[in-house]
Amino acid sequence: MKKLFALVLALAMVLSLAACGGSSSGGSGDNGGSTAGDVVKIGVFEPQSGDNGAGGKQEILGMQYANTVTPTVEIGGKTYNVELVYADNASSNDKAPTAAQTLISGGVSVVLGSYGSGVSIAAGDTFKAAGVPAIGVTCTNPQVTSGCDVYFRICFLDPFQGTVLANYAKNELGATKAYCLSKQGDDYSGGLVNYFVQAFGAANCVQETFPEGTSDYSTYITNAQNQGCDVFFSPVSTEAAAQIIAKANAQSLGMPILAGDTWDSNVILEAAKGSDLKICVTTFYQEGADANFDAGIKKWINEDATAKANNGGNDELAAVTAMGYDAYYVALEAIKAAGSTNPADVLKALPGVNYTGVTGAIAFDDIGDAKRDSAFVKECNTTTGVWDFVTVATVG
Amino acid sequence: MNLWNTVLPYILSGISVGGQYALIAVGYTMVYGILRLINFAHGDVFMVAGLMMVYFAAAMPLYAAIPLMILLTVLLGFTIERVAYKPLRTAPRMSVMISAIGVSYLLQNLALYITGGLNKNYPEIPWISDKITVFGATTTRVTVITPFLTVVLVFALVFLINNTKIGMAMRAVSKDFETAELMGIRINNVISATFVIGTFLAAVGSLLFFSNYPGIVPTSGAMPGLKAFVAAVFGGIGSIPGAVVGAFIIGISESLIKGLDTILLTRGLIAEQMDFSTFSDAVTFVLLIVILVFKPTGLFGEKTTDKV
Repeated sequence: MKKLFALVLALAMVLSLAACGGSSSGGSGDNGGSTAGDVVKIGVFEPQSGDNGAGGKQEILGMQYANTVTPTVEIGGKTYNVELVYADNASSNDKAPTAAQTLISGGVSVVLGSYGSGVSIAAGDTFKAAGVPAIGVTCTNPQVTSGCDVYFRICFLDPFQGTVLANYAKNELGATKAYCLSKQGDDYSGGLVNYFVQAFGAANCVQETFPEGTSDYSTYITNAQNQGCDVFFSPVSTEAAAQIIAKANAQSLGMPILAGDTWDSNVILEAAKGSDLKICVTTFYQEGADANFDAGIKKWINEDATAKANNGGNDELAAVTAMGYDAYYVALEAIKAAGSTNPADVLKALPGVNYTGVTGAIAFDDIGDAKRDSAFVKECNTTTGVWDFVTVATVG
Repeated sequence: MNLWNTVLPYILSGISVGGQYALIAVGYTMVYGILRLINFAHGDVFMVAGLMMVYFAAAMPLYAAIPLMILLTVLLGFTIERVAYKPLRTAPRMSVMISAIGVSYLLQNLALYITGGLNKNYPEIPWISDKITVFGATTTRVTVITPFLTVVLVFALVFLINNTKIGMAMRAVSKDFETAELMGIRINNVISATFVIGTFLAAVGSLLFFSNYPGIVPTSGAMPGLKAFVAAVFGGIGSIPGAVVGAFIIGISESLIKGLDTILLTRGLIAEQMDFSTFSDAVTFVLLIVILVFKPTGLFGEKTTDKV
């Protein structure tokens, strides 16, 4: 009897583990179907767990919505069904190449993603070796495209974003000394802090890093206060951001917090609601810029329980969602221009793509970066818990 | 600004972090003391307790959610022992350890499956999350309460071990497994009691920890668990006062290292940044190695004499 009981329990464990394993790859099931028609596959290379899981899921939402709006594409007079193939890079640089390889083996024509520059850089070589083109959606580190011929991107870059933020801190917030906090070994936050410091002046910046797995950020808040800084710059992942905001509120930080596009997320709004902090971010899209898109995607999110959960339980739009939406159409344009589902043909067609999406006009330069020259600056409204539009910032 | 005002906030947060490590470390050290098993799943039980609180607080009022969370966490600890460790009682110690690692990953993956890997915001608990000012440093009330609550709980535990029947049985079992059994002590009950107490402290610890650092992901238990384990070894694994002292030392030194740059800069002792904060984790582990080199059994560890 006892042996039987142990056996049953052991089986239950094995089965629950199997269920876990299945869930990560199971996302594509609903779109795949068994339709007999021709299918073109688009790879979705995004983090669905780990530090950037929340942001990755919001970016995927945009692609999924675009896929429900335009589920087919015409290639050479034939209608193809578009299938999204998912791979979770787990926000981890060492898991990224494996996830990329999964997509390549799945026979995708083009890849979208990733949220987070580090994983995109890590997977670049894998895409390059296979000759599969990739379109970065919101990865802003220059190295994503500069070292990799097959990587393109539709967002602005960190040197631009860092400069915009530094100018904003100096001119609009009147800051003279900045505290910069980034994560050790993180390409995104480290890079952005670097460009911010260059534009702000290294002599006026205090730079610190925190190790992976940190949970106590109170000492960093104290450091910023004790060193007499008047702006707190920490473009870190949203997980860390929620902790930083909680501690900044608890310890009455007393200076504005600045961050990059990553912080344009519900997680931040939720964490900052009810506090007396001033939080400003630069981002790609401001809700209200395209009323049709806003209304459509909100309706879709509210009708789909999974989508709503992935968006953090409400229908507040993140900029990365709008970018994910545009990325999908850029990919379709490239496939149409190529007239084939062969990755090599799509790669050849991509540099010539011109597309005007909800986040603005998208065209590529020689390196494969989008020609963008403006960023939205938003401020968190801590009473209502939404983003307030501040200004459109340009450099020059 | 005088030295006291500069250093105080770091010491405060260090003591608070130390108190939270201590509550977890006691769980490690008690189980080790009795079973000679390093219960790797302990940090994950701590994380699961936090997640339960997130879901319960959304469904019911706090005065119901908190006791229910503690009760179910204790039940989880009890079940883990019965299912994953008890059948291996006569197996080599290594097998039990592997089983513990298995449970740890099982809990992490279950949490990943249920939460979808997204960050969960811990509910705000009134009163203890309020802002207060201590000697000119602003912080939340939970930061101040944590060390006191820790010390009270640990004193209660030491009392229990030294002055009650079950405590005596625990001491007997930890001294000699087989002889205790021969003397009529029900080993399984004693071990279950140990797990119940250990997970109870972890549940209280998770309440304090996540009120202070409100964000839970499936791996949230890993780093505090590791630090608490280091604290337990540091103080001498198997010794409860040792685990508490070790946890406070590690909490405070970690916090001071992170602030060292700023302290030295504001005192004018160094001219520019030295990047000490980068090494905050490294220093913790170097400290551990140094202690173990000079005192292999830890600060309060009992000397073992090998009988030939």
